[in-house]
This record gives sequence, structure tokens and C-alpha cells, in this order.
Amino acid sequence: MSRQDNIWNRVDWLLIAIFFVLVIFGWLNIYAVGYDAEQVQSIFNFTQNSGKQLVFIAGSLVIIIIIMILDFRFFDSFAYYLYAGVIVLLILILLFGTEISGNKSWFVFGPVRLQPSEFAKFTTALAVAKLFSSKNIRLERLKDQIQSSWIVLLPIVLIVMQGDAGTAMVFLAFVFVYYREGLPTYYLLVGVAAIAIFILTLMVEPLYLTIAAVVIGIILIAINNKRLKKVAMIVVGVIGVIGLVESVDYVINDVLKPHQQNRIKSLINPDADPLGYGWNVTQSKIAIGSGGTLGKGFLEGTQTKYDFVPEQSTDFIFCTIGEEHGWLGSFILITLFMALLLRIVFIAERQKGNFARIYGYAVACIFFVHFGINIGMTIGLFPVAGIPLPFFSYGGSSLWSFTILLFVLIKLDAHRMQVLTR
Amino acid sequence: MIENRKYYVQTIFIVIGIIFLIKLFSIQVMDSRYKLAAENNVINKVIEYPYRGLIYDRNNKIIVHNTPVYDIMVVPKEVEVADTIRFCSLFDITKEEFEAKILAAKKYSYIKQSLFFPQVNNEEFARIQDDLVEYKGFYPVARTIRSYPEPVLANGLGYIGEVSKNQLAKDTTNYYKSGDYIGISGLEAAYEKELRGKRGVKYKLVNVRGIEKGSFNDGAFDSASVPGNNLVSSIDLELQKYAEFLMKDKVGSIVAIEPATGEILALVNSPSYDPGLLAGRKYSSNFQALSQDTLKPLFNRPVMATYRPGSVFKLVQSLVALQEGVITPGTRIVCNRGIINCHGAHTNEDLHGAIKFSCNPYFYQTFRKIINQGKAPKMNVDSRIGLSMWDEYLDRLGFGRTLGVDIPNEKGGLVPKPSYYNRYYGEGGWNFYTIYSLSIGEGELLTTPLQVANLAAILANRGYFIAPHLARGIDTPDAFLKINYKREDTGIDAEHFTTVVDAMAEIVDGTARIAKVKDVEICGKTGTVENKNSFDHSAFMAFAPKENPKIALSVYVENAGWGGGVAAAISGLLIEKYVKGEVAANREWVENYVMTKAYLNNLK
Repeated sequence: MSRQDNIWNRVDWLLIAIFFVLVIFGWLNIYAVGYDAEQVQSIFNFTQNSGKQLVFIAGSLVIIIIIMILDFRFFDSFAYYLYAGVIVLLILILLFGTEISGNKSWFVFGPVRLQPSEFAKFTTALAVAKLFSSKNIRLERLKDQIQSSWIVLLPIVLIVMQGDAGTAMVFLAFVFVYYREGLPTYYLLVGVAAIAIFILTLMVEPLYLTIAAVVIGIILIAINNKRLKKVAMIVVGVIGVIGLVESVDYVINDVLKPHQQNRIKSLINPDADPLGYGWNVTQSKIAIGSGGTLGKGFLEGTQTKYDFVPEQSTDFIFCTIGEEHGWLGSFILITLFMALLLRIVFIAERQKGNFARIYGYAVACIFFVHFGINIGMTIGLFPVAGIPLPFFSYGGSSLWSFTILLFVLIKLDAHRMQVLTR
Repeated sequence: MIENRKYYVQTIFIVIGIIFLIKLFSIQVMDSRYKLAAENNVINKVIEYPYRGLIYDRNNKIIVHNTPVYDIMVVPKEVEVADTIRFCSLFDITKEEFEAKILAAKKYSYIKQSLFFPQVNNEEFARIQDDLVEYKGFYPVARTIRSYPEPVLANGLGYIGEVSKNQLAKDTTNYYKSGDYIGISGLEAAYEKELRGKRGVKYKLVNVRGIEKGSFNDGAFDSASVPGNNLVSSIDLELQKYAEFLMKDKVGSIVAIEPATGEILALVNSPSYDPGLLAGRKYSSNFQALSQDTLKPLFNRPVMATYRPGSVFKLVQSLVALQEGVITPGTRIVCNRGIINCHGAHTNEDLHGAIKFSCNPYFYQTFRKIINQGKAPKMNVDSRIGLSMWDEYLDRLGFGRTLGVDIPNEKGGLVPKPSYYNRYYGEGGWNFYTIYSLSIGEGELLTTPLQVANLAAILANRGYFIAPHLARGIDTPDAFLKINYKREDTGIDAEHFTTVVDAMAEIVDGTARIAKVKDVEICGKTGTVENKNSFDHSAFMAFAPKENPKIALSVYVENAGWGGGVAAAISGLLIEKYVKGEVAANREWVENYVMTKAYLNNLK
């Protein structure tokens, strides 16, 4: 029994099937975006996006085979080296990278463009898995929290320095990984509350929020008037809320760049300037909304085809699905992604080794954040952020990085019986 | 405890998925606004403006036609203007105007065309065409404007302009859309429905840059534009030109009618304006200048100005008196100048002589006979009955009411009714002696030049008229549709007309000798409209020839003195021109006489 025969018998074919359905569905959509009824091009035409995407898909098959051939222990053993390598690339790019549409995220070698930040997600996932599996880290302790957080914060800082806030946001996915590994729940709650208050501040006068926070604080103190420790926590909480409320103006106007300010404004009220900063969200919702229940039919979309939707083959690819396949198509797509995420979690949970389990969670959470932010922005539930929809958005870097993320997990899973629990 | 977190993580995933499905359900299935918005996005309604109908004169000469102009449209999203100053110089606008125009266009749409600069004419377009291609986002769209081979008949033709908000609101047929042109006055307004044609519309699919991507629904909702029908007017362009030429530097009007048909041959308002001034881009500023002109070139005198008719009215009194049988042609009345002033050497004329000499006492007495026929014992009651009866005659003769000419804003003048005097003097507080100035066409009477010309036509026809009009018919692609106009009878017997017309025929040998034309028997009557504080208006009405009349007219020249002067001279020239085709060389002196009188100087 050769090694190859073994591996193909042990891989998770369900996950691979979901992967291929998503990739093919995505490829057809890239064809639909570029389709012009007056100038019909073959889906295999290599001058078109659909043809190029087919080359990228072929490339990802090569990557899959390479991953399957490699020794499964390679990823565990070389996790830090890979991580360090990408960090070096991220530093180099700040010095030698090429700026494309405001972001200094690309190395350009002739026709080939490489975006190291796409691969940073993978290497960070490996490094986090390695860290948690090799050291006894107890995340309920503040000291361990601080010690383990640099591994995620370092790439975030470097990517923000490139000007690519969207990709940096993806690293928030690791919050869920940390949570699964024992990060106290209140971190999540405080985070969610902070975001909620931030959004509320944009819609309601900060003065009213301040008054509301004080009033609620006084009521809570009245209820808990005997317990000094709780009263102190409430006071800190109220001061924190007021501080956040008062800082929103500063953050919006002085920290965020103008285009980021507009993305937040258009989320709160897209109708304020539908032709200006509200254009993307408005047009995206029009395209999706016009699909109706069953959609206009494959290749029959007008909004995406006639360029009303920006970045329609990359970040706003979901608009084509919404327009041409309607709510039914959206339902199928979301169901497929749910199946992908839950299957990954299922696989992660059946690992005996910590490394593979933590890595699995990292993969699930990265996919989840991409999925959530991307779909969320197209339907006006999240500020516009330039991050791709896994397997659907046109582009080699993103397709390959998602393929690597997924198939390294499949590879690890195939060898789960060979791992000894610590 | 920590183990349970795998469920929480999965729950978060599923909750987000469900939130997305609910949100998608609301925008895709529940909310239909997005479908409408999508259609608005991609469906570009392209209006095809119809070719407005032409206007011809009675001899098939073009009076109004269309010339192409270019509206410069802008698509804000595509605009690339490197050198704003140079670009502005093409259109002769300031940088501020340029920015304001772009801003207005942006407000309408970033991606659809909106009007940047209207109506660039052919020569201007040739000048800027080469430069314009260097600037992205600007597109010329061909349209047409009205143009005029001869700068005449401005007030009769009227003008067209962009439909106003007010008119849009009033348009119950819902035909007009913002940006359409509509006839605003004159024939353009009166025959708007015939001239305008039918707007066409094409629904085109467009991409985000407004570039066409084929027709919507295979053109199922498209319609082609239908050109407007041509209007054939009754105007004789040569006569109109000559009449306007004669009225140069004078204030007044000319109305010439073909008596048998009621067709208006010439309709002159003086001073007028070049109709081309109100077509094209400078419409607004020109209109403002014209409306502020103290000589009121926009005031269409032939149908809107009202004057006291003066001596011309003696013809009306004669007709009414003869029909009523209160006088006969042989009735002689002493010229008693004690009651009312008179002029000329005559003492005791019959009707013929009274008309010829325009004898005031004769018509004073005649009018008294009409008004006081002894139908009631009390004089004031008798006067009321008499005036009511007289009013009816005047109504049938076309006075005190509009004649229904086919251009807007016609005035009806004033023929006082008993109720009118009752308001002033109280019920029964007046009698013949209160109203006697009506006898010689003075007092409260007001008539328009059109009504007086129509009286000439009635006399020419010996008793009836056809409603005067400017449109003979509509020339559709299928057939020429002649418009039929109502014939109105005066109820006065033809024999009475003979008496009056015979007297009129002698005028050109008497007071209006200057109007005499060789071989054409002209029947006319002078009228001098007295002005208390200024020079009198010169008025003349006439028809010719006496038998088989071809033309009936009235001429008013303000502040030009007595009727036998310039008004009669102009009438004679026009009759000669129309009936004989040209003015004889030996009558050039009359033309010179008319042309040297610049009565504008007499104006106060």
C-alpha cells in the first residue's frame, strides 16, 4: 500500500466536495460578470477573467497535490519558520512594494503580482496553533493573554501600515480561536458592546448617550449599594462607555481616512449621498434586491454586467449571485458556506492533537470573517471593506491562500490517527 | 466548560448565516423598490423630439421652418477638462458658470446625460467641434429651432419655448414633459397640437457610463417620433412684407382680409421684431429686452389694440338706420352745426352725400331716429329699448365681441349696453342725449383694427362675413385638410349695402384722393381717431375692387393726423400691390410720402 493510496482514502471527501462546488459556482459567476451578450466570449477564453480564473483553479489543484505529498509534520515543525518568513516579506513590502489603489500590499514581478498578506493569514494560523499546542498557555491569565497576543498583533500592525485595513480586519478571526481556547467571555462581550456603542453614537447624539450611561450607572449602583467591588466596576464601566462615546468623533474624523469615514457614514445612512459615497452600497443592494426570489437567470443580470456595481468580479461578486439567482441562489450559497464552516469545526473537534484542532478553528474563523464581512458589506450590514469572498472572488492570491488554508487542514485531518495526544 | 465553547462558536456562525438570509429575504423578496431602481439604472429613455410642422403662406412660400442646432450634453462622471479656462472660452462662459452647470448636472445624475449648453448653431458648432472632442464627457445632440426666411409676421406667428412648470401642471392630457417645446403665442400656440407632432421614445439599455447596450425588451415599448403637420396660412408673404415695409417707423397696425373667405392676407403690428430673436439660445435676454421696450413690440395691436372707431362708424349707423327703415337713401338732413360740429362745405345732404362729406349732424339725427323710435312713451325707456336693438345690430356686425380669430389674446372692444349706462347713471337715469356721441363713433365705443377690417369685409360681401382667420388648413401626409370657418350674417339686406358702398366709392375722389389706384375701384372710409393730448391717429378702411372684391383692410397709424393722409396712402398702395401685383411707377411718390413720415417722433 503506497502512501498516496492511503492519503486519498483518508481525506474528508465531504469537505473536498464542498470546496469544489464553491469553486465551480464561483467560476461560473466570474464568467457571468464579464458576459456581454453582444460579444459572447467562451468561458475558457484566457484573455477573460473566467479563463484566467480557470488557470488559477488549475494552479490550486497543483497546490493541493503538493500539500498532500508533503509530510504532515512539516506544518507543525516549520510553523514558526513559515510565520517568520511571511513577517519578513511584510516588512520588505513596506520598503519595496508597489502601491496599487492606495495599498502598498503587492510585489510585482512582471505579469505576476503577489500579495503576502493573503498568506499571512495561513502562517499566522499555523503559528497560533503551534504556540498553543507547544506551550501551556492559560488564557484566563492576563500575563498569558499578553504573551500570546503578539503573534497576531504583529502581522496586523504590518498590514495596517500597508494601508490595507480590510485584510487586517480578518485577523480579528483569531479572537474566536482564542475564545475557543479559553479567553474569558467578557472580552467578547466588551468587544461586542464597544462596537454597538460605537454604531449607536453615530446614530444618536453623544450627549444623550452620555446621560443614558450615567443614569443606568446610578440605577445599577442603587441596586448594588452594599457591594463596594461591584460599585467600583460599574463606575469604571460607565467611565469607559462615556470615554468611548466621546472618542467616536475623534476616531471618525482624525484616525480614519476620508474613504473609511465615508464607508461608515454610508453604512449608517446610504441614502444621504447615493451618487457619492453611498454609491457602492446603494448599487450593490439594488443589484441584489432586483434579483427577487428566483433571480433573473444565469447571464441575465443587468446591474453587474453594465458596471453599476463596483469591483464586481472581486469584492462585490456576491451581487451577481443575488441578481442572477435571487434569494434561492443566496440561500444555496449561504447554506454551502454554513456547511463548510460547520464541517471544518467538526473536523477540528475530532483531532487528537491540539495543533490540528487549533489550526482547524483558525481556518474556520478566517473563512467565517471573510464570509461575514464580504456578504455583510454587499447587503449594507457592514462597512465596505476590500476583502474577498472565499472561492468566489476573482483572483489567484486569494484562491490559493484559501486553498492552502483548507487543504492543510484536510492533510492534517487525514493523519489524525498518527498523532499522539499529549 | 471550555468544551461547550465549540457550540457557542458554531452558534455564532449559524446566527450570522440566518441574519444574512433574513436581510436578503427582505431586500430580494419583500422590497420591490430595488427592482424599480435597477430598471431606472439600466433603462435610458431616449426622447426623439419630433420635427415641428412648417408654416407656409397662401402661395406655398415657407414662412417658418426648422434649422438644426446642437445641445451640448454632459455626463458628469466622464468629464475630463484639463484646461478649464480654454474650455470656457469655447462657450464664452465664466469658470463659475462652468462649475455651476457641472454641479447642476451632477445633481440630476452622475451617469446620465444632462443639458450643459443649449442650442449651439451650425456656425458656432463648426468653430468648437474640433476642440470639443478633446474634452471627455461632452456630447452634441442635434435638435431643431424655428427659423424664418423673412423677418416678418412675428406677432402673428408667435414663438415656441420650453414648456413651463405651470403649463405642465395644467396639461390634463399629460402629453408634455419637462424639456419639450410648446407654442407660446400666435399661430404656434393656436395650432400647437397640429404642429408639434408626436414625441418618440426609445428605451435603451445602458451601462454605468451611459453607453448603449441594445434596446430594452427588443423595442416592444419603443415608438418612433411623428413629424408635425404643416400649416398652410392665409398670409400673402409678399403683401405682408410690403405692409411691414410701409409701416416702418410708425406705430399702428394693418389687417387685410380676403372678404369672400375671411382669410387674413396681412396682419401687421408696428413696431414689431425679428421673430428669429425669440428662437434660439438668446431667447430669454431678447424676450426681456422686447418686453421692456416702451413701444411694446410684443403687444399685438391688430387684435389687441382698441381705438374709438370715429367716422368709420357712420357706415354702421347708415346700415342700421336703413334696415330699421328710419331713413331712406333719399332722406335729407340739414347740417345743423349748432348741436354737433362738422367740417367741409355742405348744408343739406342725402345719405350718399352725408357719407361722402362725413356729416356729423346727419348721423346725430340718424342715430336719434334709431334710438328713439317711440316704442315707449317715456324717453329714457324708449332710449333703452332703442340702444338694446342697436346693440344687437352691432353684435351681428362683429363689434363688442371677439371675432374668434385663430390666434390668442384677441380683444373684443366695447359696445356699451344699457346695463353699462345704468351702472354710471342709475337705472333709467340716461337717454339719447346722454349717449349721442356714439352716433359718430366716439364716446365709449372701442373697436379693434381687426373688427374694422372685418366691417370692410362685410361691406365688400354686402351683408355677411366669414370669421377672419390665419390658417387655411393643415397639410397632413395623407391629405390637405381645409379648415371650415363659420359664415355670419348681419341680418341687414344687401340693397342697403349698395347705397353705402356707392357712397364709399367716391371717397377716393374726395377726402382720400391719395389712395386712388388706376383701374381699381376702391371703396373706403377715412376715420380720424381724436386724441385729447396728442396728435390724432390716422385710420382708413377700404375694400377693392367694388365688384368682386379681393381685399378688405383697415390701416391704423398712431399720431399721424387725419385719416385721409398716411393711412389712406398705405391702404391704396396695399390694394394696388395685391390687386395689380405691383405699385405703378407713377405712384412711387406715394410710397415716398409714406416712408418719409416717421411718426414715431410725434409720440408722447
